[in-house]
Amino acid sequence: MFDLVLFVAFPYLAVVTAVWAGIYRYRNDRFSYSSQSSQFLENRLLSWGSAPWHYAILLILGAHLFALVIPGVWGSLISDPVRLDILEVTGLALAATALFALGLLVYRRLTTPRVRAVTSRADWLLLVLLLAQVALGLWVSLFFRWGGDWYLHTAVPWMTSLAKFQPEIATVTTLPWVVKLHMLGGFLLIAVFPFTRLVHAVIVPVTYLWRPHQVVTWNKRPTRTD
Amino acid sequence: MDIRAQVSMVFHLDKCIGCHTCSVACKNIWTDREGTEYQWWNNVETKPGTGYPTRWEDQEEYRGGWKLDGDDLKLNLQSKIGTLGNIFYNRRLPTINDYYEPWTYDYDHLFTAPEGDDQPTARPVSLITGEFMEIESGPNWDDDLGGSPVYAANDPNLEGLSDEERSQMEEIQRVVFFYLPRICNHCLNPSCVAACPAAALQKRGEDGIVLVNQNQCRAWRMCISGCPYKKVYYNWSSGKSEKCILCFPRLESGQPPACFHSCVGRIRYLGVLLYDADRIEEVAKSPDADLVEAQRGIIQDPFDPDVIGSARAGGVPEAMLTAARQSPVYKFVKEWQLALPLHPEFRTLPMLYYVPPMLPVLAKVRDGKYDVADSDAEGLTPLLTSLESARMPLRYLASLFSAGNEDVLTDVYRKLIAVRVYKRGETVGDVTPEEAREALIMGNMTAGEAEAIFRLTALPSVEERFVVPPLGREAAVEEQEGDTYTHKREAGFGTRTGPARRW
Ligand code: SF4
Ligand code: SF4
Repeated sequence: MFDLVLFVAFPYLAVVTAVWAGIYRYRNDRFSYSSQSSQFLENRLLSWGSAPWHYAILLILGAHLFALVIPGVWGSLISDPVRLDILEVTGLALAATALFALGLLVYRRLTTPRVRAVTSRADWLLLVLLLAQVALGLWVSLFFRWGGDWYLHTAVPWMTSLAKFQPEIATVTTLPWVVKLHMLGGFLLIAVFPFTRLVHAVIVPVTYLWRPHQVVTWNKRPTRTD
Repeated sequence: MDIRAQVSMVFHLDKCIGCHTCSVACKNIWTDREGTEYQWWNNVETKPGTGYPTRWEDQEEYRGGWKLDGDDLKLNLQSKIGTLGNIFYNRRLPTINDYYEPWTYDYDHLFTAPEGDDQPTARPVSLITGEFMEIESGPNWDDDLGGSPVYAANDPNLEGLSDEERSQMEEIQRVVFFYLPRICNHCLNPSCVAACPAAALQKRGEDGIVLVNQNQCRAWRMCISGCPYKKVYYNWSSGKSEKCILCFPRLESGQPPACFHSCVGRIRYLGVLLYDADRIEEVAKSPDADLVEAQRGIIQDPFDPDVIGSARAGGVPEAMLTAARQSPVYKFVKEWQLALPLHPEFRTLPMLYYVPPMLPVLAKVRDGKYDVADSDAEGLTPLLTSLESARMPLRYLASLFSAGNEDVLTDVYRKLIAVRVYKRGETVGDVTPEEAREALIMGNMTAGEAEAIFRLTALPSVEERFVVPPLGREAAVEEQEGDTYTHKREAGFGTRTGPARRW
């Protein structure tokens, strides 16, 4: 019963909260959609923390999603032991980078008075959650070898079953508690996403790549009459 | 031809007395909130000096504006891919240290201090952290050449000057400076707009005002680096970029911007220019020496039937065209060619123009006596500066106002001198008619023109200085909201939530 709450009810609740609150906030308080950059107040420590953190975590997140969305391709990718080794080592290195960089960012917020002044309670909550989540991830990849493989046969079927509205939790309930915590942590982050500055993750300005440099706005673009 | 209207500006530097009234007027209206205390959308710098933020003109460091790369015009900052790649950390972003840390004083202590032997003091308190701080620098720390060995000596515009010219500027009897008031130039080719990946910065088609859409800004910070004039500021509290809005809510109700209205020296002029939007890129690609001329060329004659026809066809309202015909800016920039863009080599086509300063008469100490030197050189009376012996090297001014082209500045100064000589002949009478005529010939102008320049410089009425076009707010509301009735007697932003961080 408890497992059902954790692995069925909670993920659904998290996703519904994220979508509903995210949309609500976007429609009613678009002003608040900001990355809240603090680079203007401190940029030396940030240069060592921000870029490595973002790149590492994006790649890790990408790998998780990749295996989830196209498990077949991921499966054949890791079928070769050498490739699995390479992926595991890369993942481990990325996780270590992310953890180090995030630690640096936390240290920066703690020790720079100017940056501390612009850090809200939600920011601290988010930082703690992220730190725990990345530490758990690193722990899992260190002590439960070949996660790239067993992830495919445990978490992926579970999440796929959730997506199909035919919850199937047998593959995850027997996993060690560290792994379970990491899974639930992921959904917890999804749940808090719309209430924190994490919203900036869904407004990546890719349209910049194909829009013209100049942006001219008109109340009503006059149609030329000559 | 695609004729559009631009609300444009002229600052007459000879008239600026450096009183900072403009800056304070602006601050009181727009930037007295948390996160904006350090922002001076209007600031007045002493030149030579490093300015605000420090050395903003140094694009080796800040990478603002555009650069010519062969035949291509590219953002000096980075490519579009580069923008997304550097979004987590922008190497070219100035930090608060390049401006100053805003502070207040612990005034309360003056009243609450326990009785003691010493007078209590009010210590400075940081407006960011709320902690006590030591003040190391502040806005206009180098006002009137204060600390010039540190500030004036590091002015990027001095780079092209010879050692002789430099030491000449420092000679105590000749020490010279002038004020440079700056606001956003509301450029025709704004690199702040081009650098923003979220398209939060926009140029309004109807009047050319450049704005940051506060609901669309995501704090990616590229505009701040992109603007070579450093006229976009980061609100560290709300996490949004902010900039001069040319007081558009005031313009909407027919008033000039606050800095214009309050200007004590009456140095500011506001009016409409018509320009050909099809030629922006071509003009921005001109070689350095031709930039001023090319920029004059893009401005169109509001009396020319072809121009009027094209403007009408493009939807420019009749009232805008009328305003363009009365524009004092058109006279200074195009008709008399007296006003020049600041740093045209940034290639943003700034729409704020400056009449360069004449500066006081040249003097030297000779045989222990303070003497007005070389004043006979052009057969002029000592009170009239002769160009060749001007105290401020032409090269320095050319570095500011003409991308290094000294001929452009020579032409401007010949005209300014001509007006002075001509009017002095009329009012004081110690200039002979021949001398006056000769000055007019050198300045390439008629007596009538000299008279008109004199009038608009020295005696203009408020209506002559500010020709504010109707901005058509009703039409805008009708287009955007459909219902003018609910918005009657309103001006401005149409938003009722404060610009502060809430989540
Ligand atoms: S001066 Fe104003 S319009 Fe021009 S680039 Fe800077 S912020 Fe943009
Ligand atoms: S108010 Fe006018 S005269 Fe005074 S500093 Fe500003 S621009 Fe110069």
